[in-house]
Amino acid sequence: MDVINIQGTDDTPNVILDKASGQFEISGRSLPEDVNMFYEPILDWIDQYSEDPNDHTEFNFKLEYFNTASSKVILDILLKFEEIVENGKEVVIKWHYHEDEEDMLEAGEEYSDIVEIPFDYVLYTD
Amino acid sequence: MSREIESHRFLDFAYQLYKTMKTNEINLVYEGEVTQDITKTFTSLTERNMAKSEESNQVQRKVFNVMVECLQNISKHADTLSEDDEDERRGIVMVSRGEESYKIITGNVIRNAKIPGLKESLEHINSLDKAGLSSLYKQQIVESKISEKGGAGLGLIDIAKKTGSKLSYQFKELNEEVSFFILTSTINRNR
Repeated sequence: MDVINIQGTDDTPNVILDKASGQFEISGRSLPEDVNMFYEPILDWIDQYSEDPNDHTEFNFKLEYFNTASSKVILDILLKFEEIVENGKEVVIKWHYHEDEEDMLEAGEEYSDIVEIPFDYVLYTD
Repeated sequence: MSREIESHRFLDFAYQLYKTMKTNEINLVYEGEVTQDITKTFTSLTERNMAKSEESNQVQRKVFNVMVECLQNISKHADTLSEDDEDERRGIVMVSRGEESYKIITGNVIRNAKIPGLKESLEHINSLDKAGLSSLYKQQIVESKISEKGGAGLGLIDIAKKTGSKLSYQFKELNEEVSFFILTSTINRNR
């Protein structure tokens, strides 16, 4: 499978999706003007991945900030991984949050209330 | 009017504006088109100002978050006075830093027909406590679709959640068609 490796900017996140090396990560800031345009290739990639996923997937979210439009797309990503779980594979979401950002921890907890995937919360400092 | 008087009046206005800003502790004012570039400029400007003021990281992050949502609300939803420039999203943005709190005040033109719906959402959000806002957010994020304008209908709920303060708002009628919508978000500095 192709590797997605997008370098982050002021308003878009770093994205690494690599099936072979088992790296799945979205980090940085996500407040693009057009969320659909930015996330479309990522959602397409995940659709393709879910046809033949690894036995174990560890997906890292290490976001500093995301706007509400991005929050909807993040849910779409999580729902795709929920389907992978339903098909009998193991998925863990590593949800990283900064010690000064309790809102980010809450955001992770809200997602875990909605989707049936195990979440690990990982605290980090500067 | 002579040129001299005109320029004197302008200087006087500039001075009055400066004084008003100082008295009200307003440290940023903008009126004009609100685009993604403007949003980025503002948020980084505000971040830099706060970094200098040794504001706590938590407060800085909240101010940043709320500003983004307020600005993107304008760039997605603001209406215009005349139908000729329908695609231009303009608004006014002010940030004030008081002893107790930051206030982010935004204003934009809104079609009168949209007011009842918006008022209802605002009142509903203001009637909820933290847990209520969290469940409204979860319900909305599941049910919403990203609109053509790229919104998810979550902005106001998110602001209320992150600030922990009631959304304060006003509608000033401009004419039969449109009003001016003012939204004030308050972020407490001492939490």
